[in-house]
Amino acid sequence: MKYEAVIGLEVHVQIKTHSKIFARVGAGYGHEPNTLTDPVVLALPGTLPVMNKAALDAVIKAGLMLGCEIAPLCKWDRKNYFYPDSPKNYQISQYDQPICVGGEVEIELPGPARNLMGEHKRIPLTRIHLEEDVGKLNHFAGDSLVDFNRAGTPLMEIVSEPAMHTAEEAFAYLTSIRATMIYGGISDCDMEKGQLRCDANISIRPVGETKLGTKVELKNLNSISFVRDGIAYEIRRQVAALESGGIIVQETRDYDGQTGVSQSLRSKEMAHDYRYFPDPDLMPVKVDEAWKARLKAECPELPFQKQRRFIEAYQIPYTISSVLVWDKDLSDYFEEAAKLSGKPQAAGNWIVNDLLREIGASKASLEVSRVRPAHIADLVKLVDGGQLLTAAAREVFIEMFATGEMPGVIADRKSLKAAPADAGELEQWCREAIAANPKSLSDFKTGKDSAINGFKGFVMKAAKGKASPKLIDETLRKLLNAPM
Amino acid sequence: MPAPAELNIDHVAKLARLALTPGEKAQFSQQLGDVLHHIEQLSKVDVSGVEPTAHAFPIYNVWADDVAQPALPVEVALRNAPAQRDNMIVVPKVVE
Repeated sequence: MKYEAVIGLEVHVQIKTHSKIFARVGAGYGHEPNTLTDPVVLALPGTLPVMNKAALDAVIKAGLMLGCEIAPLCKWDRKNYFYPDSPKNYQISQYDQPICVGGEVEIELPGPARNLMGEHKRIPLTRIHLEEDVGKLNHFAGDSLVDFNRAGTPLMEIVSEPAMHTAEEAFAYLTSIRATMIYGGISDCDMEKGQLRCDANISIRPVGETKLGTKVELKNLNSISFVRDGIAYEIRRQVAALESGGIIVQETRDYDGQTGVSQSLRSKEMAHDYRYFPDPDLMPVKVDEAWKARLKAECPELPFQKQRRFIEAYQIPYTISSVLVWDKDLSDYFEEAAKLSGKPQAAGNWIVNDLLREIGASKASLEVSRVRPAHIADLVKLVDGGQLLTAAAREVFIEMFATGEMPGVIADRKSLKAAPADAGELEQWCREAIAANPKSLSDFKTGKDSAINGFKGFVMKAAKGKASPKLIDETLRKLLNAPM
Repeated sequence: MPAPAELNIDHVAKLARLALTPGEKAQFSQQLGDVLHHIEQLSKVDVSGVEPTAHAFPIYNVWADDVAQPALPVEVALRNAPAQRDNMIVVPKVVE
């Protein structure tokens, strides 16, 4: 029997704010344990939460970017459970009135080849709600240690419909959400720092069946490739279980990316009965049209929108565009270089091939790169104008990456510019070349176009190899076609 | 009045992490049952013209600006912890 998988993802994204969601102590990653707490975070008696306006702005903006309806009215609920990572014994979340409803995430599946665009799909969202993150538990042989630094960090949960069918789709979905959140300045989405986390609900059913199968929740998918590998593993495991006459048990499984295997998570917290009720300490939030309009104006162009615009406006190949648009800073950098140079394709090539190679090799980053868009633009112009040959331009690039000098300065200093310096000298060499090759001249005059190559070696020798073949060709043709 | 059938005192006690004696179970079943009966009565009130609300007061949009204030010193934050190590709170092992 053929099976199809049905996958829904719950993606948690930490919102990048200065302070926590209901307390004004600072929020952040990598601080000494328990140095980002205050009485509200620790739920000391008598404390009251106060909403962080920036967290609300961020989740509304995220919702607008993903095409959600923003609820005109939403509220906060307590999700009650005992666990040492939760100081209050409840988590403030949103139960039946989330702030964002519906929406969709555009994804791209792998194309038939690397240089071809793959199929695009739109994965529908159920909702996005705002909640607080919990503390971090560190497990040891005989006990666990609690660090509350993370507790109270603003967190949004993006819930998809069970609308994906392959591990590749889930991978593409997460990649797209991640880029969207980074574009919007909502989160840095560093999975190693827990800023983006993903749980997957996976079931399988015979192809053609409309009823959903028993779902398994896969946790601990803590890198984007673990999401793909973990889901692929889980689908194979479920198919194998059914094919061997077994059944799928509804359970939570933990995926270990190192071993590539998932195992059942036997936890006392499995019997979920959260007894949600409205939090009496927090006032409901009303979002009006003016608020939405203000945030809508802050929403950037989304990665796929930008890619379509780049391909159309700058005529750059898909391969180049797909390297550029997944990194907002890199795509902005390209756009500036494209405009300054007037040659978007050449600028794109220098950025994607040479700049990224040098950045990678030196373990630097775009941010600290001394080569700025103006450098790229000048280099493109020098090459395009024939003042720099390709090999010399590559040498200039490496030097300018190291020193930050403008390409013209480097070319002059290292005598890399194409020779001759002025058109008069080149023309003189060309005249001499024609005079020295009467055979080629007569061949050319009788229509043998390739005879022009007979002069080029002479000129290039005179120029000590530094002349632009393009300029030589142009100058020769001008002279040969002129009435003698 | 006897406690309603849907009240499972063992389940409620388990969710609250309380170990109740048989006497306490009977006592709390009675008390919680009375609360449920009271809610049942409230449920009979005709509220068809009343807008649902999550809060007793019609106040909305209470918030603060996102400006970080100093944290509690770690020794103060951990002062009530029964056990601590490496500036973290020690709890019984929670995973196998």
